[in-house]
Amino acid sequence: MVRKHAGQPLRRLEDPRLLTGAARYVDDLRFADLLHVDFLRSPHAHALIKSIDAAAARALPGVAGVFTHEDLRGRWGGFPVPGAPPAGGGDGGPAAKDPPRPPLADGEVCYAGQPVAAVAAESSEVARDALELIDVRYEPLPAALDAAAALEAGAPRAHASLPDNVAFRWERKGGDTEEAFRKADRVVRVEIRTERVVPCPLEPRGAVARWLPGEDELTVWTSTQSPHLVRAQLAHGLGLPESRVRVAAPEVGGAFGSKLGACAEEAVLAVLARLLAPRPLKWIEARRESMASPPHGRGQRGALELALRSDGKVLGVRYEAVLDLGAWSGPSAHLAAALAGSMACGAYAVPAASVAVAGVLTNKAPAGGCRGAGRAEMAYAIERAMDLAAAELELDPVEVRRANFPRSFPHGTAAGAVYDSGDYAKTLDRVLELCDMPRLRAERDARRRRGELVGIGLATYVDLCGPGPSRALAAGGWEAAAVRVGPAGAVDVFTGACPHGQGQETAFAQLAADRLGVSPEDVRVHRGDTALVAGGGGTFGSRGTAVGGSAVHEAARRVEAKMRRIAGAALGVPAEYVEHAGRRFVAGARSIAYEEVCHRAHRGVELPEGLEPGLEAACAFEPRSFTFPFGAHVCLASVDRETGEPRLEGYWAADDCGRAVNPLLAEGQAHGGIVQGIGQALLERAAYDEAGQLLTGGFLDYALPRARGLPWLRCDRTETPTGANPLGAKGAGEAGAIAATPAVVNAVVDALSILGVRHLDPPLLPERIWRVLRERSGP
Amino acid sequence: MIPALEYRTPESLEEALDLLERHGEEAKVLAGGHGLIPALKLRLAAPRVLVDLRRVPGLSSIEPLPEGGDGFVVGALVTHREIEVSPLVRARCPLLAEVAGAIGDAQVRNFGTLAGSLCHADPAADYPAVLLALDAEAVVASRRGERRVSAGELVQGVFETALEPDEIVRSVRFPGPHFAAAAYSKARQAASGFALAGAAAHLKLDGRRATDIAVGITGVAARPFRAAGVEDALRGQELSPEAVEAAVRGLAAGRELTSDIHASAEYRARLAEVHAKRAILRAAERGSAGA
Ligand SMILES: Cc1cc2nc3c(=O)[nH]c(=O)nc-3n(C[C@H](O)[C@H](O)[C@H](O)COP(=O)(O)OP(=O)(O)OC[C@H]3O[C@@H](n4cnc5c(N)ncnc54)[C@H](O)[C@@H]3O)c2cc1C
Repeated sequence: MVRKHAGQPLRRLEDPRLLTGAARYVDDLRFADLLHVDFLRSPHAHALIKSIDAAAARALPGVAGVFTHEDLRGRWGGFPVPGAPPAGGGDGGPAAKDPPRPPLADGEVCYAGQPVAAVAAESSEVARDALELIDVRYEPLPAALDAAAALEAGAPRAHASLPDNVAFRWERKGGDTEEAFRKADRVVRVEIRTERVVPCPLEPRGAVARWLPGEDELTVWTSTQSPHLVRAQLAHGLGLPESRVRVAAPEVGGAFGSKLGACAEEAVLAVLARLLAPRPLKWIEARRESMASPPHGRGQRGALELALRSDGKVLGVRYEAVLDLGAWSGPSAHLAAALAGSMACGAYAVPAASVAVAGVLTNKAPAGGCRGAGRAEMAYAIERAMDLAAAELELDPVEVRRANFPRSFPHGTAAGAVYDSGDYAKTLDRVLELCDMPRLRAERDARRRRGELVGIGLATYVDLCGPGPSRALAAGGWEAAAVRVGPAGAVDVFTGACPHGQGQETAFAQLAADRLGVSPEDVRVHRGDTALVAGGGGTFGSRGTAVGGSAVHEAARRVEAKMRRIAGAALGVPAEYVEHAGRRFVAGARSIAYEEVCHRAHRGVELPEGLEPGLEAACAFEPRSFTFPFGAHVCLASVDRETGEPRLEGYWAADDCGRAVNPLLAEGQAHGGIVQGIGQALLERAAYDEAGQLLTGGFLDYALPRARGLPWLRCDRTETPTGANPLGAKGAGEAGAIAATPAVVNAVVDALSILGVRHLDPPLLPERIWRVLRERSGP
Repeated sequence: MIPALEYRTPESLEEALDLLERHGEEAKVLAGGHGLIPALKLRLAAPRVLVDLRRVPGLSSIEPLPEGGDGFVVGALVTHREIEVSPLVRARCPLLAEVAGAIGDAQVRNFGTLAGSLCHADPAADYPAVLLALDAEAVVASRRGERRVSAGELVQGVFETALEPDEIVRSVRFPGPHFAAAAYSKARQAASGFALAGAAAHLKLDGRRATDIAVGITGVAARPFRAAGVEDALRGQELSPEAVEAAVRGLAAGRELTSDIHASAEYRARLAEVHAKRAILRAAERGSAGA
């Protein structure tokens, strides 16, 4: 297979337009007769709506309409959730019993921030003024805020209509865990808590919806990761055939899992577009709304136990967890639970595993899958436990991990995952070399003797990504692509993936260029529009390149095969004898130009017998399996003895995402992911007060990591191809976010270990550490 | 999502003062906008008239005080960035340049003004610690005349000042003398970058001994304050780490301290001590290095 462009660190072709401000996001779309939509949101975590009086708002000049649940009645058939897991909790995840989710509150509000009413007006200012004139009378109800407490008998219920707060219970068992724990020389137990984090894309959510009466067509331009999924959901909700709904994503400024599938606001917009037709409607979320609205990630509390032999061999793992799902849980939250369960063995060959997860409804913003969903929570738990195991058995944390790595691949785990390919010792050795572990340890020990609090943290991880084989996902796991070569040789690639910052326009151009013998700059990649692309899963779960890229590769290969046939006919040899070298097709001394082949294909003359004119091929690529990237990360941290502030002094990573189509993109993903993981470890949390109000409702209070305060990231890669797809590529998007949290927490806990500290949960806020220091060493 | 309002751009101080006199409580002065615009967007402030000072001449410079010495005066429109890089400020009072450079990020420093920060009276703002330690005063103008108000008096509480609705701070005066032994130390609130606790130390040194000392504290209470106890304990003393550590202990005792999700009152009290100590010791080091 020719890899002239693939494998090269090509700079992103999309960057010039992104960096010069020429890119167009939803809010940049201009319409002459636009109406602006804004939402009145619940101020209460849980309450009954006694009455809504919108007369004054309706009377305000410039207001086109005020709408509540009553106005949607009969016009919205509900979210079908085509991505819902198979009933009974098959591979895709547990079956949940969430109540149906009304786009506008139906008599009851279940979290602060839930949309209650919508206003359409001539300007966004008038819309906001009108919201202030709507008089809603609420009767507050007790709120379920803590997921664990919400499980107890008599706890306040998150929804008045449900008998309890359990959305699902989900278990997975493999091997004989009882036996493993009976035989263990030592059992290590760690109770962990990962707090809710908010995915904070640069661009908040937003959409424009327009119904054209003559065409009977709804067009929705929206900031999404998955246009085809949104189309399916809106068509279902509106009772329209999918052919009457077009969903298009303009430029999308990041998502991290928060733009997967249609949201309540998009549903409302779609309904109102028909009521207010033909005027288009625009809704752009304010930052404070995007903090308080769905979906948050990670909120989980659990206990992990390892059954250990005294030499450090892990005989069994047991994990029990409670997930804080918020007021409604989407399919991605359920998938997160399943993903966590599947990864309970981490990077280790563990003969027995048992996982039990309870998904609990609370009166907080709905939860969903956030970059590294499920796997990050699980990797955090198991990597904390591995450090504790090393400490209790007085073994080297590096060697305990190494001793438990699987020796051969594919490796089936007791938790039910089949790790496709790997060489875990290779990334471990690489990171030890990168950071010069012996020197790092000597330095740490010397500084400790001087009274400093310094620690080294290690995390090895396996990621599960590239969803997936279709049998594992209700919505299917394949990805669509089409490649079209025009009469003059221009190449258009159409992908069902929906890159929103990952740089796949470049990666896909590289793949198509290799097959067609052109350069990546000659390839135009179209994405994000159901009118352009027949089908598509979208971009999530680090699947874009592995699944979407494979579809592009295969479609381009099919076009190229046709070009060879045409060239062969022209050169008088069978297609197998035609060599494709750059922009020429060659047979012996004779050759024909790429452009000439394109021309003949489109003119439809002198084609081989029976060959259709044109140069176009489609592919629905079905991956053979999930892919399992892996790696090892090391962090050096110190703690200020006086203030408790942790400081990261160094960070080293060795990742393996299979064969990288573009190493520069892979490194960019590693950096972004690591920084997100650091954010979770040190800073980020969606903090709610006792009344269920979000206290971290904006960037003045919700702390994201910044360049200041970050160490230099030294990243390297190894390449262990996968057989799941023809590219040998795994995923690179989430690994950093999975590995960095445990690496950082392990480093800070190691720094504090000389004071007897065994465990601390993120975020490691200075005050939390300061309190520990004060307890341990006196004021 | 700023509510509709009348936007005025007076071309002289008199015109600006006229507008304030006419509209009273309904008007608000706009300088760099980095305190006010966010408040307008969140609809926490809803003035009917916005009086933008940016076209008013004579408010944009940093000048030496006419009476000589090393004092200077900073006009109402001078930005954090201009202070940070001003040769005059750097030569006469590096402490002020240092704190200006510690504020927010480059965008904030390019827009926000010293006078605006003072008038905004955010309890977590950085400047007040320094202004208190330097005995700076605001020069306040209105149609009724001009008065001087010390920084400590100007800031009355959380977003509360001693200004009348018709008054403008036209400049901030730093009377001097300024000593080389000066430093600012802060704990950043991780999200906003504002001070969870900030301390400024300004020392007159004789060898290792502080013949005079001023310590201003911000971020921990509704108002900034001078750590008088610390000053008294160290005045005339050798500034050994032990002496300073002992002196800062309990510096916030007896005050009502801020407590929020970013730091409890107890932790803020400790941060104030630690950063006061660090500011004093760093100031002392600078003073002896310069001597
Ligand atoms: C992202 C961000 C980060 C920040 N980080 C920090 C930080 O780390 N540390 C810090 O200290 N500050 C920080 N700030 C605040 C910043 O310093 C502001 O610039 C400052 O508080 C206000 O100054 P301004 O010139 O922008 O005033 P404006 O926003 O224009 O006005 C603020 C208030 O003061 C009044 N006012 C302004 N000028 C005058 C005058 N001459 N006379 C009378 N009244 C007047 C206005 O009416 C208004 O009420 C930050 C701000 C932002 C947005």
